[in-house]
Formats: sequence, structure tokens, C-alpha cells
Amino acid sequence: MTMQLADSVSLSPSEAKARVHAAAARNNLRTEPRAVRIVIIALAVLFLSVFVVLPLVVVFAQAFSRGILAYLAALAEPEALSAIKLTLLVAAISVGLNLVFGLVAAWAIAKFDFKGKTFLITLIDLPFSVSPVISGLVFVLLFGAQGYFGGWLRDHDIQVLFAVPGIALATTFVTFPFVARALIPLMQEQGTQEEEAAISLGASGLQTFFRVTLPNIKWGVLYGVLLCNARAMGEFGAVSVVSGHIRGETNTMPLLVEILYNEYQFVAAFAIASLLAMLALVTLIAKTVLERHLDEGHARDH
Amino acid sequence: MTIEVRNLVKKFGSFAALDSVDLKVDNGELLALLGPSGSGKTTLLRIIAGLDWPDSGELAFNGEDALAQGARERHVGFVFQHYALFRHMTVFENVAFGLRVQPRAVRKEEAAIRARVKELLDLVQLDWLADRYPSQLSGGQRQRIALARALAIEPRILLLDEPFGALDAKVRKELRKWLRSLHHEINVTSIFVTHDQEEALEVANRVVVMDKGRIEQIGSPDDVYESPATAFVHGFIGESIELPVRIADGVVRLGDRPLALDADGLAPGASRLFVRRHDMLVGPPGSGAFEGAVQQVRNFGPVQRAEVALSGGQTIEIDAPRGKELRAGDAIGLQPRRYRIFAG
Repeated sequence: MTMQLADSVSLSPSEAKARVHAAAARNNLRTEPRAVRIVIIALAVLFLSVFVVLPLVVVFAQAFSRGILAYLAALAEPEALSAIKLTLLVAAISVGLNLVFGLVAAWAIAKFDFKGKTFLITLIDLPFSVSPVISGLVFVLLFGAQGYFGGWLRDHDIQVLFAVPGIALATTFVTFPFVARALIPLMQEQGTQEEEAAISLGASGLQTFFRVTLPNIKWGVLYGVLLCNARAMGEFGAVSVVSGHIRGETNTMPLLVEILYNEYQFVAAFAIASLLAMLALVTLIAKTVLERHLDEGHARDH
Repeated sequence: MTIEVRNLVKKFGSFAALDSVDLKVDNGELLALLGPSGSGKTTLLRIIAGLDWPDSGELAFNGEDALAQGARERHVGFVFQHYALFRHMTVFENVAFGLRVQPRAVRKEEAAIRARVKELLDLVQLDWLADRYPSQLSGGQRQRIALARALAIEPRILLLDEPFGALDAKVRKELRKWLRSLHHEINVTSIFVTHDQEEALEVANRVVVMDKGRIEQIGSPDDVYESPATAFVHGFIGESIELPVRIADGVVRLGDRPLALDADGLAPGASRLFVRRHDMLVGPPGSGAFEGAVQQVRNFGPVQRAEVALSGGQTIEIDAPRGKELRAGDAIGLQPRRYRIFAG
């Protein structure tokens, strides 16, 4: 904008010279030769195309390879519908639980000092560092027929494994860190002064939380929920171990994609996959918007 | 409301933030807690507010045990150093907060809350900012809103933590005057913490000087300035010249040189001599207790500040009136008009 304005007025020779020098100086600040810059940028573009854009294009191309009607028909299959429903249900349960756990954990860690705090932070990260398959196996060990609680569960006729509770548990475990991780640094940075002010003004603990703490972290909460949800819907490993793959009952979308693919039903497999891809795209956009809000929150404070 | 602090101790690990502090604050007083950082003044303020708890000791409001109550029940207005305004609320809602969170039984009607907030914003002269957010205010405006918010609950005691610490010099001076007149108007028992002696002396009725978790002196601004009780207070308040002296056989010596100063009642041994800069009177050589040569002179409005090398080898700074100009190289005699000697 300013450049255009400057160009539109005629410059005296000395001014023009000064501008050329300024431009040259700017270029000199980038020390890499032009060729190197082009190679680096080309490599980055190539990498992104092969590993990100191409797979995305392939998913949609395959999904629509027999036309839009075949695509819609594949999604309308009872098996597909049940997988979508199950996935939404499981995501709702695990996001709901992790929202509560995450808020409580972040609140405790950021606003209070206690022994074992560092240990608790490490523990929260555990699901990130354990392979999801192992996470699933843990629940088999606990709730399976031969597991610690297996006998008791059978006696009381409660089905955990190969049913919604098991899938929800495994998903909750795997996605546990997202909300807490998004909130801990945010809450630590905000400190406890506003809470102290609220309490000295006569607010109760709950009033302080809902009127002061929560409004200050709402964008962070949404951010954590968003990432948690994306991971919950896409989780494969842990869910695969505990689901039992009962068709039309315990298959989530990722599991169904694999089954359909193995049965050479490519259109159906990629139709479901395209839904997950769209979820990813929506998540990305929402994430960008939320990050802007979080940054604005920062900017406003200073 | 009177405040009584008895034998208060607070330790952070092995560091004693408060080391057996006793203090009585009278009803309607405006008291300053003055001390360098780490002297325990903010800790004391936070304990009075109920935001921190002592390891031992007593705290009573009007003779009633205050430690039995939480911050919420104490009804103490607290103004934080960095204001701690609720950043997602407008100025109006910030001030209204204390009224809105009251239990339903005693909560005012919406119209009454609005009237009260309006009244408070008028009091701090910022009613025109009611719809702004804290981030849109200047430091001085935030400070006044924080004060209005604390006053909304009609506090029994008002506590201010470094109320002007984060403001620039000019705003600071204006707000000092304003706080004094505000206190006069609302007359609620108030304590403010500061590390700025000028602020403490100018605003407070009484000043409590603290160092290393202990109270060094309690007195009127005149008391602590004119008759400092300890070497620390003399050094901390006002600009002082400090010289290491020795008392022996009823004579005060600086190095080998005996000084023509009264040594009556002073314990023999190493001591420290304190003189205010402007209490060093300049005369011709041989006219006073000290001899020296002027090194450098700078002018500060009504005074000239001279760096003087004493014959004993020490260099001191004195403030002399502008009448008789000093010049670098002048040999002068110096006589302290007033001075104090503390053992140690």
C-alpha cells in the first residue's frame, strides 16, 4: 500500500537513489543467495504436496470415483451410519470427560502449589508417550474376561470390552492430555491475581471460577476441546484393540475404513475417509480462528 | 476499624518474611508500610487481607480474631499492585463485581447496583469510562478503577499494595494528592505499601518502616525523618551521608582524625555517623569538624550538589544552598548541623 503510494508520486533523482539503496540493503539482510532460497522453498512445496495435498486429493478422488450417487449411497449404508453415530457418541463422551478432567487438572496445577505437582504434569502427558495399542491392551487387561475386573463385571452382567464403554474409556485415555495441555500454560501465565481480587470482593470459589477464571480461558478451552475432538474421532489403535470389530455395533469410522478397504470396497472406504478428512479441514480452520483469538488475548494484556 | 497485629511470623522455606511483627492501627488512619523489597511489607498486607496465612501470631479487627475468617468474610478492600482488573469485563462490571457476587439475601437490586457503581465512578472521576475494557485504560485510570472496585463493597479496611508503583512520575504525584483527599472523604482505615519514602511521608498519617521482616520504627512522617530510631531508618529515609567512625575515650574519630563532635552517652567501639546531605554546612577550611576538597558540582534547582573528598579519604555528597557558589578544587570546612551516631 505504502509502496504504491510512493510510486504514484514523482521522485526527485536523489530520492530515487536513496530508495534503490534501501531496497539493496533490504536484500542484503537475506544472506542466502537467490538459488539457495529457491531450492529450499521448492523442497518445502514438494514435500507438502507429496505428503499432505496429494493424499487429501486422492481420498476425495477415490471417494467420488464412481460419481456422487455412489458416494452418497456408501454413506447411507446402515454399517456406515452406525459407525458415524458411534464415533460421534464416543467423541462426545470422551471430550465431555476430558473437558472436566482437563479443567480440574489445569486449575489445580496452575493456581495451587503442592507436593508432586511435577509428577502430576508428567502423568498427564503419559497418554502421549504410550503407544495407543498399549493403551488399549491395558483396558483389555483390566476389563477383559481374564482381566482383574472381568469376573466381577460378568457376574453383574456389565459389558465394558467390545462395547461402547470400552471404546469410550480407551478414547478418553488417549485424548486425556489435550485440554489440560492447552490450559496449563495459559492459566499459569494469567496468575492468580484476578482470582484473589474476586475472593477479596466476596466471591465464593464457584463464583470466582465461573465469573473470572472461565471467561479468561474460554478460547483456550475451545482450542483444547477442538484438538481433543479431532483426535477422539480419528483414534484407531487403542479403539481397535478394545472394539472387537462387531459390524454395525462397535466399529468406529476409522475402524470401518480399514475393514471396507480390506474388502476392496474402495468407494465406501474412501467415502468414510473423506468425512474424516473433512473433519480435519474444519478442525484446521477452527484452530486458526481460535489461535487468532488467543493471540489477541495476549496482545490485549500488554 | 482498628487492626491489631501481634507477634506475627511468616516463613517461606528458611526465609523469614515476617519476623515477630507487632502493630496497632487506629480507626480511620492512613498508614504507610515503607521498606525495601523483601522487607515483608507486602506479606504483612496480604495476611491482613486474608490472601496469605501466618505461621504463628495473632490478627484482630476491632478486637475480634480475624484469622478465623477467610478473605471472603473479612470485608477488606484490596488494591493490587498491577490492579488485577477483570480483563473480560467492562469498567462498569468490574466495579459492580463485588455487589453482584453477594449472597442473594443481601444483594442489592439491579437499579441500586447501577446507582452505586455510578456513584463510585463519579468518586474516582471516571464515569465516562464505564463501557471501556481495562486494556483500553491508562495506568492511572486502571488504578482508580481498581480503587473504585475495592470501595464498592464498603470495606471495613482498605489495603493498597504499591498503589502507584507502576505509574510514571507525574501521574504518581497527582494520584498521591488525590488518594489523600479521598481518604479524608471516606475516612476508612487504610494501609498502603510502598518502597518510595517520599510517597510514604507525603501521603500517610503514620509510617511503619520495615526491614528484613522486622519493624524498625513506627512514627509520624516527621518522627521517622527527623529522629530516625535506627541506622537503617536513617539510611533509608532521606538522603544521608554515612561515615564509619570509632568512639574511644569520649572522642569520635574518623580514621585517625578526632572530630569535634559530642560523644556523650555513646558506647565505645565501631559506629556509624549519619548526616543529612543538606545538614552539612559549608565554611572556610578549619571552620568545622571535617576538612575536604570539592571535586565536582552539579546544580539541582535550589541546591548545588557537591562531591567532596574528605581529608580522611572518603568521598561524600552534600547539598548546599545556591547562594555561595562552590567550585571544583575549593578547600572547605564542613560542620554537621545535625547528626546521629549509631553503634555497629
